[in-house]
Amino acid sequence: MNLKGLSNIAIKLLTGDPGKLFTLVMGVGFAVFLMLQMTSTFFGVIAKSGSTIYDTGADMWVMDRSVDNSKDNIPLPDYVLDYARSLPGVEYAAPIYVGGGTVKLPDGKYQAVDIVGLDDVSLMGRPIMIQGNINDIYSSYAFIAIKDADLRKLGNVKIGSTFEVNDHKGVIVGFAKNPMSGLFGNPTLYTTYTRATEDLPTTRFTMSYVLLKIKNKKYIPQIKKAISKLGYRAMTSQEFTKVNAHFYMFKTGFGMNVLIMTLVSFIVGLSIAGQTFYAFVLENLEKFGALKAIGATRKELIYIIVLQAISVGFIGYGIGVLLASLMIGLGHLRIPNFAAMLGYGNMLGALVMVITIVAFASFLGVRKVLSVEAFEVFRG
Amino acid sequence: MGEIAIKVENLTKCFGSGETKNCAVKNVSLDIYYGEMLYIVGPTGSGKTTFLSLISGVLKPDSGKVFIKNQDIWSFNTDELARFRLNHIGFVFQDYHLFPRLTALENAAIPLILKGISWNEALKIAREKLMMAQLPEIKYELPAYKLSGGEQQRVAIARALAGDPDILALDEPTAALDGDTGKKVITLIKNNLLNPNRAILVITHDARIFEDATRIVHMEDGVIKETTLNEIR
Repeated sequence: MNLKGLSNIAIKLLTGDPGKLFTLVMGVGFAVFLMLQMTSTFFGVIAKSGSTIYDTGADMWVMDRSVDNSKDNIPLPDYVLDYARSLPGVEYAAPIYVGGGTVKLPDGKYQAVDIVGLDDVSLMGRPIMIQGNINDIYSSYAFIAIKDADLRKLGNVKIGSTFEVNDHKGVIVGFAKNPMSGLFGNPTLYTTYTRATEDLPTTRFTMSYVLLKIKNKKYIPQIKKAISKLGYRAMTSQEFTKVNAHFYMFKTGFGMNVLIMTLVSFIVGLSIAGQTFYAFVLENLEKFGALKAIGATRKELIYIIVLQAISVGFIGYGIGVLLASLMIGLGHLRIPNFAAMLGYGNMLGALVMVITIVAFASFLGVRKVLSVEAFEVFRG
Repeated sequence: MGEIAIKVENLTKCFGSGETKNCAVKNVSLDIYYGEMLYIVGPTGSGKTTFLSLISGVLKPDSGKVFIKNQDIWSFNTDELARFRLNHIGFVFQDYHLFPRLTALENAAIPLILKGISWNEALKIAREKLMMAQLPEIKYELPAYKLSGGEQQRVAIARALAGDPDILALDEPTAALDGDTGKKVITLIKNNLLNPNRAILVITHDARIFEDATRIVHMEDGVIKETTLNEIR
């Protein structure tokens, strides 16, 4: 088979009509764009839902067995902390408080906030300071605010600004940043564990989680087993992230809805691209019939059609990735809390979709071309 | 007359079944010779296009045999037959069936590409064939859709000639052309393409070009009613 010559014919047939080529590649491009948008939003939102886990940076988390997402705040008794500290393989363990409060704004309105209480001794899970000193967290009424898109909901706060949180005085002593902002749009305040549990209404027990720094990964199964014997659960950060993602995907309705929309985008993309390519083949059907009559073998015809479909698929894929990247990049620049995250996983998923579209379009085209009788071209 | 180019034995082809069954070609036998320009004529529905398709290997007969170069072409499988057509038969279709976005040169080079000849070499040979088909050189690089009917016809002829076939099959070559252009095309075919090693089969309704045939086969209702031998001019 004269691959170079056939490739030239296939590509020239494809590119000969720029208008049709544009329609074809944009069909695939928009399908890819749609799918990347949907999956990026989906994964972005899921990632943001686990921002507490990610931002804290602990190796392992100890929690109540009922916890299935990072927003669950089921208090643990103090002996869990002592027990965790006593386990071999645990370098150190620290309590953390993760909860919510209400800030009274200067205009008299109230704003819900996320409050993280860090272990007074180790400050394990601390954010990255960008203004002020972390040690100021120990001063009276001190809170460190996370400087993200949600901070403006507290008004024009500066270092030294005072406010009321759950009827207790609070003072902003510094600003910090977290690698990932939260999903629910509340400003985040960090303080010490002691202040958090003193100022905020809590149950008899106060610890939300125990954070563990482990000596070596080999101790993980041992630690899990020991914590489990006590009636609680220990997970690595990665496992907790998965449990959290599973919760949002399958227990909130949100995940399934986005998944369905992703599936719809896939079907729409498949239909647009498949139909457009099929129409392109149909337009050239008589010509393919003539090629058959002249003496093209089945393999040669299949090669021409598949090469055209692959070319359309990959140009369309490139356009789709470019459009999605631009849109998501622009979103991150312009929209606070824009969740979409374009990663290799999404792009691989879209690539699989494009390969499916190419296979589907090729199948339709090849089936039609192989079924056309060369005799038909004689009948005009 | 030269050697037999195509030997047709008892060809029959029917379409449909039951009450709607219609036999387009009924038990037709014919010998076609190298060096002759054979016209197949007859009214619409007489079976001439079906007959040409059967003997050129694009439509499988229900019964009967077709021998070209002493080979029963219908004993080949689909791909073998495709290759046989590529190597021995050149086609000029009624609607030309050129790829509109390929240039005249590229269209004419297609059989050569299928034969495995490199792209540049194929274009070089195609250029010679276009010259032989008397297409003005200025048109070689134009896409087919920009050519007139007569010019497209010449490209189709060049494409049919590209592989130097032993047999040329032309379906209504003058149907889409005005009288003058049609006459020029037929004169070109007769004077430049017919040779002792080639048989040319032409389906036509156009009585104005009958005088150019070596032999005329008149078909009606799927059978050959009459064969007329023209004087050699």
